[in-house]
Amino acid sequence: MSALHIVNKSPFERNSLDSCLRLAAKGSAVLLFEDGVIGAMKNTKHSDAVAKAMSDISFYALGPDIKARGLNDGNIIDGINVIDYDGFVDLTTEHNTVQSWL
Amino acid sequence: MKFGIVINEGPYTHQSSDSALQFVKSALAKGHDIFRVFFYHDGVNNGTSLGVPPQDDRNLPNEWSELAEKHDLDLVVCVAAAQRRGMLDEDEMKRHDKNSNNLVKGFRISGLGQLIEAGIQADRLVTFGD
Amino acid sequence: MEDGEGIIKKFCYMNRKAPYGTIYALESLEVVLIAAAFDQDISLVFADDGVYQLTKNQETDGIGMKNFSKTYSALGDYDIKKIYVEKESLEERGLSVDDLQALKYEDEDDDWVEKDSLFVVGSEELTKIINEQDVVLSF
Repeated sequence: MSALHIVNKSPFERNSLDSCLRLAAKGSAVLLFEDGVIGAMKNTKHSDAVAKAMSDISFYALGPDIKARGLNDGNIIDGINVIDYDGFVDLTTEHNTVQSWL
Repeated sequence: MKFGIVINEGPYTHQSSDSALQFVKSALAKGHDIFRVFFYHDGVNNGTSLGVPPQDDRNLPNEWSELAEKHDLDLVVCVAAAQRRGMLDEDEMKRHDKNSNNLVKGFRISGLGQLIEAGIQADRLVTFGD
Repeated sequence: MEDGEGIIKKFCYMNRKAPYGTIYALESLEVVLIAAAFDQDISLVFADDGVYQLTKNQETDGIGMKNFSKTYSALGDYDIKKIYVEKESLEERGLSVDDLQALKYEDEDDDWVEKDSLFVVGSEELTKIINEQDVVLSF
């Protein structure tokens, strides 16, 4: 069984991403969306933790939220897949359950 | 697949309602079913008929109302959360002796059992909140 | 109301916020009390600041808000017997299980003997528990 974890808060604002990475099982997927896309960016103090988690977990970030915040696609941590809402829907069907880290 | 959607926050203050709306639109376009959209906590405020947002911006309660009509969606506002926050339909208005009601068309008020039922019956339950 | 036609899912109620500062703790508990009637396999998880929901000796007169903490001790009467508190979350906050209410239930399969329903578990074990759930509700 693999879960899709969705994180919508910035790692600078909340510990949601932190807690998610602590409690997400190997083989799960994490989608960063809304302010959570900030966690997908390179060169922040949180980037290393995300990059490190990628050995066990697949990461996704919602493109429309990245664009909305004026963030540069090219500045996303290597290995994070940028998807749209259609991709979000697909992800939920590809995993057994969806857990929101608010 | 059948989706249950839970929205925990009100319109505008949080992106939750917008994200949920976009998700639901994509899911419907892909041929999925939306079993129910359940509005809890401040999410009940998405059902207001009294909103007057700026003309050049989206009207979230109306967008939900129109989507519900177009796709026959079940939009449920939690009765306990609604009572706390002053979201009443006509029945609730009469029941509690208030002088007006404010639930926009397309939404209905019901109990938390509807949320649990969505969790049981839907293939996936997705929560949008803060 | 449909009875789910015998479907039993593992429902997890995830609590990560302190009580009173926001309504999530209270309204999450209200969901659990209703959920108990649906015969599903229920687990409650308290992690991060959620662990504060279970502290003993909550006195709310000073803030003018209703003290709902007694309700947690009634969860056993609703047959809620899997309440998980994350060890790391407690320790980070300088708390131990002794700071929390001792939650119990009466085991109908064991002569109604009173047993603990609250379990302090480490992140690794909690990860496994959460990963086994069918539906996770977050507040």
